[in-house]
Amino acid sequence: MFEYWFFVVLAASLTVIISLPLYRVIVGPTLPDRMLGASAIATKTMVLILLIGFIFDRVDMFIDITLAYAVLNFIGTIAVAKYLTSGKEKK
Amino acid sequence: MSGLDIAALPVLAAGTFFLLIGSIGLLRLPDFYSRCHATGKSDTLGVMLLVLGLLLVEGLTLNAAKLLLILTFVGLTNPTATHALARAAFQVGLKPWFRRDRSGDSAATKEED
Repeated sequence: MFEYWFFVVLAASLTVIISLPLYRVIVGPTLPDRMLGASAIATKTMVLILLIGFIFDRVDMFIDITLAYAVLNFIGTIAVAKYLTSGKEKK
Repeated sequence: MSGLDIAALPVLAAGTFFLLIGSIGLLRLPDFYSRCHATGKSDTLGVMLLVLGLLLVEGLTLNAAKLLLILTFVGLTNPTATHALARAAFQVGLKPWFRRDRSGDSAATKEED
């Protein structure tokens, strides 16, 4: 029972921590700043999904979601990095 | 609660602490490259510590193997993605931030602009 409430408190504090880089996504001065904020949010959301799996006692399902989310986050960031440099090469 | 659960609690708390430090660094640091420094190192360590703590709670099951996979994947890809983004920004021509000195440095940065 203590473990359950510890996970709930951890997930709540993680939600507050996730909301901080949202500022960088909204008012970030440049495009890489915004992408960095989005990547940081996605990295922390991964742990939040895992914690939700532990809270609801369905870890086996939520771990697969976390793996897919991690791969999507990595591919998305690499794609934006390639997109940023691709316009420069065509000139 | 077994001994492994008690060992997991400080690991989980330390992971949350490092994630908090990474978020504050992302807000407070002055430059894109220094923000890369905050999120590339601190967030990776925080996520790895949190997944390690969950692995200690889980015990020796198939889910623990998958958690170990997530741990390895985050440790490999998060610094790689941050580095790729910083390299792309540098190639596009985003200038790093310098502290303005009292002498001629401010004039030099003005000339570059």
